[in-house]
Amino acid sequence: MSVMNKLGEQAEFLDDRLTVANWGKRNLRKVFPEHWTFMFGEMALYSFIIVLLSGIYLTLWFKPSMNEVVYNGTYTPLNGIEMSEAYKSTLDISFDVRGGLLMRQIHHWGAMLFIASMTIHMMRVFFTGAFRKPREINWTIGVLLLTMGFVEGFAGYSLPDDLLSGTGLRIAEGIMLSIPVVGTYISFFAFGGEFPGDEFISRLYGIHILLIPGIILGLITAHMLIVWYQKHTQYPGKGKTNDNVVGYPFMPVYMAKAGGFFFIVFGITVFLSGVATINPIWSYGPYMPDQITAGSQPDWYMGWLEGALRAMPNWETVIAGHTISWNVFIPGAIVLGVIIQLMIIYPWLEAKVTGDKREHHLLDRPRNAPTRTAIGAMSLSFYMLLLIGGGNDVIGTQFDISINAITWFIRIGIIVIPPIVFVITKRICLSLQRADREKLMHGRETGTIMRLPHGEFIEVHAPLSENEKAVILSKTDITPLPWPEKTDADGVRDPSYKKDHRWARLSHWWYTDNIAKPTAAELATAEEHIRHSAAEGAPIIAHRASLEPEGGVLHDPAAAAAEAEEGKEPVGK
Amino acid sequence: MRRRHRAAAPMLVLLTLALIGVLYAAAGSATSAQASSDARGANAELIKQGQQLFAEGCSSCHGLGAQGGPEAPTLIGVGSAAVDFQVSTGRMPLAAPGAQAPQKPVIYNDEEIAALAAFVASLGPGPQIPTDEEINYQDADLAEGGELFRTNCSQCHNFTGEGGALSNGAYAPNLMNATPRQIYEAMLTGPENMPVFSNETLTPENKRAIIKYIQHMDEQPDYGGWGIGSLGPVTEGLFIWVIGIGLMIGAAVWIGARVR
Ligand code: HEC
Ligand code: HEC
Ligand code: HEM
Repeated sequence: MSVMNKLGEQAEFLDDRLTVANWGKRNLRKVFPEHWTFMFGEMALYSFIIVLLSGIYLTLWFKPSMNEVVYNGTYTPLNGIEMSEAYKSTLDISFDVRGGLLMRQIHHWGAMLFIASMTIHMMRVFFTGAFRKPREINWTIGVLLLTMGFVEGFAGYSLPDDLLSGTGLRIAEGIMLSIPVVGTYISFFAFGGEFPGDEFISRLYGIHILLIPGIILGLITAHMLIVWYQKHTQYPGKGKTNDNVVGYPFMPVYMAKAGGFFFIVFGITVFLSGVATINPIWSYGPYMPDQITAGSQPDWYMGWLEGALRAMPNWETVIAGHTISWNVFIPGAIVLGVIIQLMIIYPWLEAKVTGDKREHHLLDRPRNAPTRTAIGAMSLSFYMLLLIGGGNDVIGTQFDISINAITWFIRIGIIVIPPIVFVITKRICLSLQRADREKLMHGRETGTIMRLPHGEFIEVHAPLSENEKAVILSKTDITPLPWPEKTDADGVRDPSYKKDHRWARLSHWWYTDNIAKPTAAELATAEEHIRHSAAEGAPIIAHRASLEPEGGVLHDPAAAAAEAEEGKEPVGK
Repeated sequence: MRRRHRAAAPMLVLLTLALIGVLYAAAGSATSAQASSDARGANAELIKQGQQLFAEGCSSCHGLGAQGGPEAPTLIGVGSAAVDFQVSTGRMPLAAPGAQAPQKPVIYNDEEIAALAAFVASLGPGPQIPTDEEINYQDADLAEGGELFRTNCSQCHNFTGEGGALSNGAYAPNLMNATPRQIYEAMLTGPENMPVFSNETLTPENKRAIIKYIQHMDEQPDYGGWGIGSLGPVTEGLFIWVIGIGLMIGAAVWIGARVR
């Protein structure tokens, strides 16, 4: 008997007992839709794996200890200087461990990419409405992942115990202290006494390499399982409905693609780490509480909080001899807390306002949800302003602007600019919608002008392709929440009238200026017109085409064949 | 015959010697007096030249006697070090009032700067231009310099001396173009917002160590690859978003287009 047969027997033995073949057939052939914006999540996953692997390498040499030692090593400018063992071991990783500096840079650039990928992934999910029912839970998990990324990154940034690490921790301590009443206790608890103490690095180490990676891993697993189970959303198009998934099977197409993409992400990260310095801890020097450097900034993902701190006016209240530092407490603790919570509840909030309780598997085009898109753009402008404020000193010196001018620009801008961005974005969405409607009603403009027998000039319109039509018609019009009645049929006052009225008002605001989709009847007449115009113009278009022989569409038989091969899988379970 | 006194011969010798000594001393003192009067003459010459240059280039703001005016502070007692620093870095003469005197191309040659310095120094005692010995930092302690730099300078000038922002449009400049002499003088005189680091706060030895560290950072290679301006996390963040995410999205679009 050949080896293959033996293997086959074994496989059958397993299959008879575990019925994996069936499971495999069902899951490995699972269909995934195709779009480049669907790869942002993968980017985040792969960079997390890269950070995990490089982090394990670093643990082999890193010593999470604040014991004072005297450095005498390869990096001569620090010879004879007292420093913590944590800092010394990071210097050793950078200068004496083979591949150590590269690994540190991979770990740190990878961490920045991880969080940046999560950020653009989240933007994609938000602007396409992918978070709507039934995917609210996964949105929440995503927000938690992002938050955990912030915390994990901050913990890692604090580990090497260089000047920037310590400065960041000092700010963290300040934020803890600003919490009214319990702040001092929290700080003493966290640092095991007065800042900086000699415990904090080892505590952070456990958090950084075990606790939070564990939480992130768990959340990622849940995230992926839910994606798998709920199936991926897809962009609207011909043949794509709320009840099917059009795309390619996981095996082999996605396996190959995903595997390939992993190596691309890996390659890009290693490339960046090979050519560009990140966190040159040897230049910062070891942390000393009496030292500080210009250009002390956190990694970019914490930059917006830094900006909030820098922009905040210096408000303090003294109550019975105790100072409440609003100047630190509001930007440091409240802003982050409130924004994370708003992000978590957003899907439910939106559903409540729109009254939309249906399941959605077809993505929204951003223009078709103008209010949501405007809220997103507004939030981004808010975020960007804070981020700019966080780098005010560097921007000041590089562009020769007064740091005070930047701070005042941020203080005023944070109130004035987001609403302006909201209005502009909403207007842009609405005019795009109008253009879409125009196309549906009159067809695509061909740019060919024709003179009618009675002298009138008209432009020839061509019918839209099926795909274009499907995309435009994917817009869903929903009626806003009804205005509640003050009393019911029996004349009894509705106790929740006031509340319902407020929600209804919000709902009507959400739909202001909605541009309704044409009705079926309107569409039918419109199509008749377009056909007519196209038929009238056909000779002219043909004539023009004959004058420009080099024009025309290249027919790609391979593409057509591939299109015919596309798998289609119903959503029903 | 009358015998000469027994002591006559030695006396004569002594007298002769004394005479020679006096003559020699007189001659010697005459030459040295000649020399010192020469030096005074040259210095006076330099001061005069300086006064002339000052009247032409500086007095419009600082006043003819460098006593100061509504536009500019008095220079009496700032010492030659301040003048040498301000003029050799191109800060003075100031072109236009602003948040801070910017560095411009230097318009005076070394001799003219020395003359200006000598003139201002003659008005009142102040920190002197350091000698070549004072700024010879070859034997200074590099690690100590780094420590002192991070304690005293990096809060304004950034950890690699790239410079940083101060309030109201003022800034601490990049240190990479400053010569050892200018660094020493900057510490001695504390231009504008910079504090004075007198020889009591930072000994000349400390100063030399700091100079060595600054020079070293200028020459030190970027161990990790391109330093992105050595400005810290802000430029790192910009880099990862523009280059990192840019490359990633490029790859995603490419793969997406590749699938069929
Ligand atoms: C346009 C007006 C202007 C002119 C011309 C000008 N200065 Fe000044 N100078 C100032 C002002 C204003 C300050 C103070 C602010 C500063 O240091 O930048 C100053 C400061 C100085 C200082 C530093 C004083 C201190 O306390 O350390 C020196 C030295 C100096 N000037 C020398 C000169 C010399 C030498 C010239 C001529 C070559 C000159 N200045 C020409 C306006 C002027
Ligand atoms: C409070 C902030 C501050 C501190 C601390 C400080 N400086 Fe400065 N430094 C400045 C400012 C502001 C200037 C620019 C002065 C001007 O333009 O007139 C300056 C200028 C200089 C210059 C001249 C640079 C050039 O290219 O002309 C040197 C050199 C210098 N500083 C060295 C040092 C050294 C060394 C230390 C530490 C011992 C130090 N500074 C500490 C603010 C500071
Ligand atoms: C997504 C998760 C992670 C993020 C965002 C992250 C981020 C960081 C950052 C920014 C640093 C500072 C690096 C520097 O020196 O410039 C760091 C250091 C470190 N990380 Fe992580 N990390 C993550 C996961 C891990 C894991 C899973 C491990 C180990 C299993 C690990 C081990 C370490 C070690 C040992 C250091 C200190 C060594 C050094 O600073 O060079 N990290 N981390």
